[in-house]
Amino acid sequence: MLRTLTRRASLGAALGLLAAPQALRAQTAARLVVVGGGFGGASAARFARATYPDIQVTLVEPLTRFVTCPYGNLLLGGYRQIGDITHSYDGLRAQGVRILHDWAAAIDPAAKTVRLRGGETLAYDKLILSPGIALRYGALPGYDEAAAEVFPHAWVPGDGSQTRLLRRQLEAMPDGGVVGIAIPANPFRCPPGPYERISMIAAYLKRHKPRSKVLALDAKEAFSKQGLFQDGWKALYGPMVEWVPASSDGKVIRVDPAEKTFESEFGVRHKLAVGNVIPPQSAARIVIDSGLADQTGWAQVDPTTLASRVAPDIHIIGDANNAAPMPKSGFIANNTAKQAVASAVAALRGAAPPEAVYFNTCYSHVGEEYGISVVNIFRAGPNGFVEVPNSGGVSPRGDLPEQRRLEALYADAWYASITRDMFG
Amino acid sequence: MQPTGFLAAAVLAAALLPAPAVAAGPAPLAAQGCVGCHGPNGGGIAAGARLSGRDAGELEAILRAYRANERPGTIMPRIARGYTDAEITAVAAYFAAIR
Ligand SMILES: Cc1cc2nc3c(=O)[nH]c(=O)nc-3n(C[C@H](O)[C@H](O)[C@H](O)COP(=O)(O)OP(=O)(O)OC[C@H]3O[C@@H](n4cnc5c(N)ncnc54)[C@H](O)[C@@H]3O)c2cc1C
Repeated sequence: MLRTLTRRASLGAALGLLAAPQALRAQTAARLVVVGGGFGGASAARFARATYPDIQVTLVEPLTRFVTCPYGNLLLGGYRQIGDITHSYDGLRAQGVRILHDWAAAIDPAAKTVRLRGGETLAYDKLILSPGIALRYGALPGYDEAAAEVFPHAWVPGDGSQTRLLRRQLEAMPDGGVVGIAIPANPFRCPPGPYERISMIAAYLKRHKPRSKVLALDAKEAFSKQGLFQDGWKALYGPMVEWVPASSDGKVIRVDPAEKTFESEFGVRHKLAVGNVIPPQSAARIVIDSGLADQTGWAQVDPTTLASRVAPDIHIIGDANNAAPMPKSGFIANNTAKQAVASAVAALRGAAPPEAVYFNTCYSHVGEEYGISVVNIFRAGPNGFVEVPNSGGVSPRGDLPEQRRLEALYADAWYASITRDMFG
Repeated sequence: MQPTGFLAAAVLAAALLPAPAVAAGPAPLAAQGCVGCHGPNGGGIAAGARLSGRDAGELEAILRAYRANERPGTIMPRIARGYTDAEITAVAAYFAAIR
């Protein structure tokens, strides 16, 4: 009890926003609406309730249970079950977050309202928007929603059915087959994610179908933690993993679910036992439909407050914004959630936003006990997000089994911590 | 726990405690990065070491040593290099104050 109180007191004081009691009482009616209950939105709702008890927090999220993308690759590898990566909203509800399991259908930035699919209209003083990404069906010829039932993407959390479908396909495929993975150009959700997926699928095949292989066809020339991944693939999986960059005909230009083929730029058709398509992406539909994205398909935001460049009372966090060079990661969504909430509350109280510092660590599993990471620290610069010079970086290369073992353990600590921070 | 309880207790606690050093920190959200791996309130979780309730001077010295590459680490040296003196002091004081 006291532990919690002390934390709240020092955090409130730390933010410089724990005003005198009468000032707080004057603010009782402030309404914060959060759209999307994933890495950004759940983090924002929980942080807001814990830090500013006088603010009303309403969370709009259609799913009644959230299945994380992080650690979904471990499910493919056979190291986690779906229950391990599924989270309930009961903790947020117990904390006093009003949760509406519905879709935000339209946002009116001028009237400051959100209309829900179910018909209700919510008025807000500040809106936190964290609806994640949309898959650009049609951007890759042959890949539409029906094709995703043959070639799962498993790239948005949904109810977990996509990740489970891919896992079932791996279990059902004969030994000796090829698992194709089509990887898009930048920017996309979770830059190291496709390469962790290659690793975890290879880990499964090595144990259960050792004559099979992973053929990763990439629209890029280079990728996150490349040297570390390639070292690990060589050490753990040898010829079972083949990664093909765009210049070696890696770019997939068409997929054919009926024939079960991926066609590459130079006209080669790859026959697959299982195909995973990670399609090109944009901000979620609600962002685009509400006029909050620019022609790139992503939302532009202020690097200190995360406020939309076109609607200052809407803070857009998580993968939906263009925060380059920050990656589209769950950790960044969690960090920016807190900065956005603190900035929104500061603005409501006529105060300046806190100084921004954003922290990211993306762990990837190359093998069950083989972890690697990239660390970044960013700050707000005059023209955008800026990485702190001479900070962060990737794990050291070389034959370092203890480093790899520890990083796999630290990844587990990350997953446990971040999901507690989101859902309580 | 009720929100009003939070508020009253937070104000009370703020009044009773010596002003935490963290209040002077220029970027207090720095400590929010730590809880992404070190558990709720930095209380430790799985392989994420406990930070809460440790001596502020000890935590500060460790972070500074990581930053100066004077203390080996798996990941912390890369992290510590991103933070300023003031942030390190603020983060150490913040976690030390959690009982
Ligand atoms: C395979 C994989 C592995 C990954 N591993 C890691 C990792 O190890 N570490 C890491 O940091 N990141 C990782 N990520 C990235 C991470 O999942 C995302 O960066 C993160 O989920 C982004 O958070 P978000 O809040 O923007 O979106 P999400 O977490 O996707 O949440 C968005 C939520 O909004 C809801 N929503 C959408 N539209 C509406 C609407 N109109 N109304 C109401 N609700 C709506 C959705 O239902 C969803 O629940 C990984 C991603 C993948 C695909």
